[in-house]
Amino acid sequence: MLAAEETYKSLELSSGWFMENAWLIALIPAVAFVLIIAFGKKMPFKGAEFGLASIGASLVIATGAGIQWMQRTDSADHGGEAAQGMASGVRGALRAAEGAEAKPFIDPVVSQWVWWQNSGLEFGIGSHIDGLSILLLWLVAFISFLVQIFSLDYVRGDRRYTHFFAALTLFSSGMLVMVMASNMVQLILGWEIMGLCSFMLIGHWWEDSYNSHSALKAFFTVRVGDVGLLIGTAILFFGSNQWAVDNLGTNGFDIRAIQAWALSGDGSSWTLLMASVALFIAAIGKSGQFPFHTWLPDAMAGPTPVSSLLHSSTMVVAGVFLVARIYPVFWEGFNIANGGLSFIAIIGGITIIIAALLAFVQDDIKKVLAYSTVSQLGYMMLGLGTGAWLPAVFHVFTHAFFKCCLFLAAGSISHSGSHHSFDMKKDMGGLRKFMPITFGAWCVSTLALTGVIPFAGFWSKDEIIDNVGDAGYTFLFWVGLFGAALTAMYMTRATYLTFFGDPRGAAAGIHHDADHGYATEHRETLVTAATIDRELVTVGAAPKSLGAAAAHGDDHGDDHGDDHGDHGDHGDHGPHESGKLILIPIVILAVLALTSGFANPTPLAGDALGLNLGEGVELIKEYVEPRAEAVSLDIAAGHAGESVQLLEPGFVPNEAAGFVPNEAAGFVPAAGDKKAGCGRSTPEVGTVCYFPAVSHAVPTLSKILLSLGVVAIGYAAAIGFCIAFYKNKHPKLVGLTERSRIARGGYLFLKNKYYLDALYQNVFVYFVSRPLAKATYWFNQNVLDAAVDGVGAGGKRAGEFVYKNIDQKLVDGAVNASGTIASETGHGLQPIQSGRVNHYASLLFGAAAVGAIVLVILNVS
Amino acid sequence: MLAVNFLLLAAVLFCIGVFGVIARRNAVMVLMSIELILNAVNLNLVAFALMNNNQEGQVFALYVIAIAAAEVGVGLAMVLMIYRNRKSIALDELSEMKG
Repeated sequence: MLAAEETYKSLELSSGWFMENAWLIALIPAVAFVLIIAFGKKMPFKGAEFGLASIGASLVIATGAGIQWMQRTDSADHGGEAAQGMASGVRGALRAAEGAEAKPFIDPVVSQWVWWQNSGLEFGIGSHIDGLSILLLWLVAFISFLVQIFSLDYVRGDRRYTHFFAALTLFSSGMLVMVMASNMVQLILGWEIMGLCSFMLIGHWWEDSYNSHSALKAFFTVRVGDVGLLIGTAILFFGSNQWAVDNLGTNGFDIRAIQAWALSGDGSSWTLLMASVALFIAAIGKSGQFPFHTWLPDAMAGPTPVSSLLHSSTMVVAGVFLVARIYPVFWEGFNIANGGLSFIAIIGGITIIIAALLAFVQDDIKKVLAYSTVSQLGYMMLGLGTGAWLPAVFHVFTHAFFKCCLFLAAGSISHSGSHHSFDMKKDMGGLRKFMPITFGAWCVSTLALTGVIPFAGFWSKDEIIDNVGDAGYTFLFWVGLFGAALTAMYMTRATYLTFFGDPRGAAAGIHHDADHGYATEHRETLVTAATIDRELVTVGAAPKSLGAAAAHGDDHGDDHGDDHGDHGDHGDHGPHESGKLILIPIVILAVLALTSGFANPTPLAGDALGLNLGEGVELIKEYVEPRAEAVSLDIAAGHAGESVQLLEPGFVPNEAAGFVPNEAAGFVPAAGDKKAGCGRSTPEVGTVCYFPAVSHAVPTLSKILLSLGVVAIGYAAAIGFCIAFYKNKHPKLVGLTERSRIARGGYLFLKNKYYLDALYQNVFVYFVSRPLAKATYWFNQNVLDAAVDGVGAGGKRAGEFVYKNIDQKLVDGAVNASGTIASETGHGLQPIQSGRVNHYASLLFGAAAVGAIVLVILNVS
Repeated sequence: MLAVNFLLLAAVLFCIGVFGVIARRNAVMVLMSIELILNAVNLNLVAFALMNNNQEGQVFALYVIAIAAAEVGVGLAMVLMIYRNRKSIALDELSEMKG
């Protein structure tokens, strides 16, 4: 034990104003929401200035907090090395096998107030600032800021402009509240604010029944998952509360307590498994994983900025964030440490493939992007499910930029290129000449999304795939690669249909007033063989299938307001480049889509590029990933600026064999050095771990070339197909779905979204709405109502008895009697009031005389 | 004892005052009778102050005189108003307040 004590070291962690007051990041937009609702309509910019200013302020604070967090991490590392002295060499050698040097755990900066308390249980609200929350706080503030700038022009003249900005701002606030949550209750609060705001924003144009249906669908689908969140939180609370009270002096809602408890080995694996499953169901619902992904494409009914914000950095990332935040629970619950085939990884893998396949049959550009988002979220989940925490979080970071950019570009196209239509087949094509900047940004983001080196997506997505393979999940590794190829294919198709070929419909300047927006299949209607295979209708050619498609289509476009008089630039109805307010956010995002990958490039891939990136270039790994080091319990719940003592987990020097596990201190490592450390085993008595020791794959050139090759094959195949099918109209390909039964079946299967919507609608909802509702109604009428009626009748009878006997006779009798007495007394005394002064005087003196006599008698006797 | 004489005088004055209040019809006479009653009380106060050899009773008497002056002022004003309205100050004709 002496040896263990020697390895304690004390270090000062720097703190700062921005980190300690990070709660302002979420509070400012929340206040702005109230201001917009209260005063927005009277302001010169209709409330948009509140939204922009508040998100800008949040962005400034988040940036400051990020810089201070990096300083804090650096201060720990430098202080640690100085204090460590000889031992640092020891640690370095030990961890060298993993390709990483052991560094001290950086204590999060927690500012917390008691929100409310109940029977001695305190519910806190505040900020919990560590690398993950800083990354997402900054990301959310940044993306929200750009999206609000974009919205200034995009929704200008909308009938609910002010409310749009109010909801957008509250939505960002909800995400920020969730991201900085220091306990599960606050996390649920932010989670639900987002759910509410997504409903408001998706149904922004609720006059159209399709939009309000989509909003309801999004809301209810996510609500189904939310039940899992509540159940999971309850399980975690009852599992960890006693442990947290005993060891950390907090309670079972505290996120740090949950993390430490999950890794402490004191919780039963069954509890952890149940909690993980329940919480992951919540993540499935929020992050649009199979089988709850169906709400996400329908959420495209909202305005494009909403789609952009929801699908890049906020709503859908919430589920991924939940898993990443309390990762130890999933790590232990699904036994990821030992390569267990986790629920998360399976769902993630399924989602990657099915969503990517669905993206092939979408004619709506935003729905292609929506399914692409679902597919990319699948990658994140796959990464989290196989222990690749860092690449998954990194993918959240890079994905936010390029997916937001793609959505904004789609918005730009519909705003200025295709006259509020999102139908690639009907209203787009050849737009690259008219919208060069949008086209450039789109291409950069597409390359980033498909994972082409050196764009952002390559660094994150390949890292996920690489780590999945490295952790031993060979099948999922190939699933990831196949998904990457599919991504390249459907994005090529979307790019071709939008920007290449001949202009069609609105892109060619045709303005169909009667059929404004785009025609798509009605959401309840299943697509049948008769309506498939819409041809590309160019100018001059007779619109063969257009009329049929439009006949049963609804107006679903981003059509704000009934009149277009406020769009001054609609004079010629032709495609043109968008305005500055739309282009600036797109260009900024495109630049980041190109460069953000260099926040965490794998060194070897950098070498392959011929770039000498040097050491310490993996910023995300350095600053975001929590270090899996045990912290001494005495000061584990330390606060900002406090000195934190750190303990080396269970290793003492041994002259002969280098290092052996300190079994005397209760440390039992698994086989092999690689499996040792937090989460691979139980922390020593008196210490806690907050994060498991995840392994990192060492990238090899062959794997990089393999994934790049797969993407290249995907691109080549897709480009060849697009040219043959859409441009040259190759006779073997055109009409294939009509000739081949297999092709038609597959196409219809995809077009109808695996019949999942039909399943939910016709089976679950039908069952609930018909037999179940009837049975419930019968039960309600005959059992519950009978009981209620009986109670009611009894009450009525008792009431009547009370009325007749007690109220009427007793109470009223007393009241009436007092009135009567007063009245009679008054009448009796009436004659005394003669009105004559002399009478009054004689009465007065008579009474005085009587009083005097009584007084005399009393005094005398 | 000298004080007894004072008290007897006060009692006589008081009785005359009471008789005046009850028996006279003229409002002015009634007011004068009330003055008599008050002066009877003043006399009592002064007599008792003399008996007990302290000054407070005499001070009270001064207060009573001041209050009585005010009271008479108000009373005479009322009588004047009644006279203007009715051309009479006979109290037995003023019985509108009869209950």
